[in-house]
Amino acid sequence: MEQFGLWVAAFLTLGIYSFLYRDNPWYKLSEAIFVGVSAGYWVVVLFWDNFYSKFWLGHSEDPWLWVGAVLGFLMLLRLVPKIGWISRWPLAFIVGATAGLWMMNYFASNIMAQVQNTVMPLFGSDFSASFTAIVSNLVIVVGTFAGLVYFFFSKAHTGAFGATARVGIWFIMITFGASFGYTVMSRMSLLIGRIDFLLSDWLGLIQ
Amino acid sequence: MKVKWGEVVTMALLAALAGWAYLGKIYGWHHGFVFPSWLSAVVLILAALSLGWILFLTIGGKMIERRIVFLYVGVAISLPLFMSIKQEIPVSAEVQTVYDELVRLPVGSKVLISFDYDPASAPELQPQAEAFIAECFARDLKVIIMGLWPQGPQLANQAVERVLQRDDFKGNNIQYGVDWVNLGFQTGNEFVIQRMGTSFQSMFKTDYSGTAYEDLPLVRNVKNFDAIDYSMNLSSGFPGTVEWVQVAVDRYGLRMGAGNTAVQAPTVYPYLGNQLKGLMGGMSGAAEFEQVSSRPDKATRFMLSQSLAHVIVMAFIIIGNVAFFRSGRKSALKG
Repeated sequence: MEQFGLWVAAFLTLGIYSFLYRDNPWYKLSEAIFVGVSAGYWVVVLFWDNFYSKFWLGHSEDPWLWVGAVLGFLMLLRLVPKIGWISRWPLAFIVGATAGLWMMNYFASNIMAQVQNTVMPLFGSDFSASFTAIVSNLVIVVGTFAGLVYFFFSKAHTGAFGATARVGIWFIMITFGASFGYTVMSRMSLLIGRIDFLLSDWLGLIQ
Repeated sequence: MKVKWGEVVTMALLAALAGWAYLGKIYGWHHGFVFPSWLSAVVLILAALSLGWILFLTIGGKMIERRIVFLYVGVAISLPLFMSIKQEIPVSAEVQTVYDELVRLPVGSKVLISFDYDPASAPELQPQAEAFIAECFARDLKVIIMGLWPQGPQLANQAVERVLQRDDFKGNNIQYGVDWVNLGFQTGNEFVIQRMGTSFQSMFKTDYSGTAYEDLPLVRNVKNFDAIDYSMNLSSGFPGTVEWVQVAVDRYGLRMGAGNTAVQAPTVYPYLGNQLKGLMGGMSGAAEFEQVSSRPDKATRFMLSQSLAHVIVMAFIIIGNVAFFRSGRKSALKG
């Protein structure tokens, strides 16, 4: 059975990569299987982990779960065109609750804590920072300030202000470059994983 | 429909080769191959020369087709897997911090690991998980595993199983329920983290295999994050490190490091320092952790492929730019 699984995995992996040569029925079959299995998997997971294990087993202990169940049911009314508008109520509840809950989280973590991370003693709290640490701190402070100036559009980007904005765009471009580099690494890692599976687990060619 | 015999013959040859390799594995005709150093060097030199030739052709106005680029990337990744060349892997400050965090923990400290990824990200995150768990076991730290992604705990079991099969752990009496525990998956994304801030047990009434929470000696007295000495979040998206930082770190003061896919790492970097104690980014992060913990494994082996693939991408960026200017599109863009 394990060997059969290996062959199926290898067949589907090669089918997906065959698209690199050109579109073909093997690729289409592999893609359709992937989409179908993914959708089926999520339906099963959501049914057993959300509906069954939370609501079905827990509603007698916690009556509040009925509120969620009713809201969930109202969401399904979207499928009935005449009363589909009722599905906007649970949607409004989700949007409102999520916005309210996350506003404080984002304000605390992504604004206050990030400002705190940026406002730092350049030379260390007791002037003991190493040369590289000082340079690193300077880069963070200058990069953050220049980046913010670039996104300040209420004043024309001319003169000293414009020069600072240009420094900001350089920082932003370097950030994009780093992100691209990381993305390449990520995609290559996935490819390495599949090729290692084919050459090692399937064919046993690698020692 | 016209039959393309060239393609049919190529497919048949590749299938025959795969069949031979597979049967060879089953019947022991071969036990895998390793290139000697000289052959590895020759392969690298040939690859460099052929890239130079493509650049030369491009300058001469002859463009290559895109499949050649795919072929080069495939070869750049495949061949190094056979090579015996060792690559230097310097350890970054972020990964060193993760290691230092484990070093400072006394024996018996509790480490929480959240597996928030699925098999699609396993090539990057599984080596991180294995290296981290191995270090925890080697330092006699107690490991509590959970997952906000359905397949996370399953991948965690695979990682632990692989670690325990290693020679350096075979003699150790690492027991489930005492030295490590897998609490399984819990649906609810960031709200699970929020509830764990007050009660772990409210979210995990049983472990992955159905044992009641209070019957697990390791977590019986773990009420909330106060009992956790260090936490590692292995994540490839939502819910993941960002949510853990926002809820567990900033609200409940959990001391946490992260292991992310390379795509996600740049979004997490700003949290390093006060909010995040250490970060492993992608496969290179895993390889660095393997180096710093002196247990080179899969990620270290894969880094040569990674490096060569990056060189190929850089070479083709140069070749692509040469082709761009050579084809006169720059003047066309200027009007």
